[in-house]
Amino acid sequence: MDCENCGEADAVIHLTQVVNNKMSSLHLCEQCAAAKGLETEGPPAASFPLQEFLAEMGGESPAPAPAPVDEKCGFCGLTFQGFRKAGRLGCPHCYISFEGHLRALLGRIHNSTQHVGKVYLPPDPTASQLERRLEGLRGQLRRAVDAEDFERAAGLRDEIRILEAEGVT
Amino acid sequence: MSTFDAVPDLGLNWLDASGDHAEIVLSTRVRLARNLQGHAFGPRARVNDREAVLSRVRQHSDRLDSLEGATVLHMPDLDARRRTILLERRLASRELIGSADADPANGTAVVVSGRHPLNVMVNEEDHLRLQSVVSGLRLREAWSQVDRLDEELGRELPYAFHHEFGFLTSCPTNTGTGLRASVLVHLPGLVLTKEISKVLHALGQVGLTFRGLYGEGSEVVGNFFQISNQTTLGKSEEDLLDHLDQVVRKVIQHEREARQVLLRDAGSVTEDKIWRAYGLLRYARSLSFEELMNLLSGVRLGVSLKLLPELRVYTLNKLMIFTQPAHLEEAAGRDLTPSESDAHRAAFVRRILGSEGDVSPDGPESSDERPAPGA
Repeated sequence: MDCENCGEADAVIHLTQVVNNKMSSLHLCEQCAAAKGLETEGPPAASFPLQEFLAEMGGESPAPAPAPVDEKCGFCGLTFQGFRKAGRLGCPHCYISFEGHLRALLGRIHNSTQHVGKVYLPPDPTASQLERRLEGLRGQLRRAVDAEDFERAAGLRDEIRILEAEGVT
Repeated sequence: MSTFDAVPDLGLNWLDASGDHAEIVLSTRVRLARNLQGHAFGPRARVNDREAVLSRVRQHSDRLDSLEGATVLHMPDLDARRRTILLERRLASRELIGSADADPANGTAVVVSGRHPLNVMVNEEDHLRLQSVVSGLRLREAWSQVDRLDEELGRELPYAFHHEFGFLTSCPTNTGTGLRASVLVHLPGLVLTKEISKVLHALGQVGLTFRGLYGEGSEVVGNFFQISNQTTLGKSEEDLLDHLDQVVRKVIQHEREARQVLLRDAGSVTEDKIWRAYGLLRYARSLSFEELMNLLSGVRLGVSLKLLPELRVYTLNKLMIFTQPAHLEEAAGRDLTPSESDAHRAAFVRRILGSEGDVSPDGPESSDERPAPGA
């Protein structure tokens, strides 16, 4: 269906209006819908301009520290330029290889670089991984108690006790 | 492990409309992105990376409580129609199923739990996408399901995790918790009263985002919107979910108010629109999917406003799923041209609305034993 406003592009927004007890339908393309105040995508604040972030990081804006072109992940071989182009990292090791750049990028995307959610405990944990997990669980327990989510708090408390016992043995 | 044919209700638990606010909130989905140490991510993974990941998941999927009785559907073993059915049921992404004229990548699979509303996409953009979909607005329940699966899988498989950045993902927009929670809402009141753009703008301002029915890049049809968290790092999973829950509850409240305004200020027009939509659905001989969705939107509004008391939300949910192109072709047992598809769609809708019974293209008619909404 063509847009009823411009008659050129495909209509992607189908709006039914009721004005003075009369109903009318409007079929609009993305551009005309936006012009009438109905957006098909989120407003600018809602979208992830990831490519823009990446472009800025590569020195296309007056960013102070452009990435060296030959920076490369030692595990998967992805270059930083390759990441900027695709917007996807190649492997977990890329987070180490491009750590400084990624910290800046993550800070801009999420307004934070510090994970405060679940702390992963691998199948054969070291003592320090066990301690980090315990710290994470204690934080979750505090939040559950603050939120008066006592069922979850009880589960977390049990898990903490089990891990503490494992840590001792 | 069962085959595709043995599980016709695959991934459809949420249709029963048993969740909170089910007349406005169709479903709640929580997914976690996870990757395994020592393997390249999806786009750069070699064949043996992908096969190693799938093999490890297969090895454990039968032993985990959360995946009890699971079905493993290996994408290259399925024909294009069946892969599309998984997409239409929101069990697989476009990226996972490949295109109709190209084979999907080796090692791509969907694991569907036999007992819980859980599934895992294997070797999509991330090695694992753990997902729970439940009816209505039930973020905590969906989270609790997927969290338990995550704990069970993580004890067996070494996840890629960084002490500062959290769970490591292919795209930096998922790093941290790897959690994306989405609530699929039906907002005809806000669209009809032209309040929707304000609401959508407000969502962006509080760090949430919206998309169409099928996620990223899809259009908004039938006044269905998916509202999701936008960031994944720097907040705990519970905080992300609580924030989304609070905002969605406000959107629901605005939607209810908008519906009351419609009834008060344009009651006769609204009622006429609803009954016309119902009439078209009951008697049309040809329906495109887009037209169906727009008519279903009107009928759904009518059910919610108790103007169409004989219909149930469960029936409308079912109509949305089984009238999609690949579902119609599966029922017909053959490929359909677009005009045949439109005719089959109209016939299916007439049959369901005529009988109000539990009819699916996969099986014979039977009485409807699922609970009524709000029951």
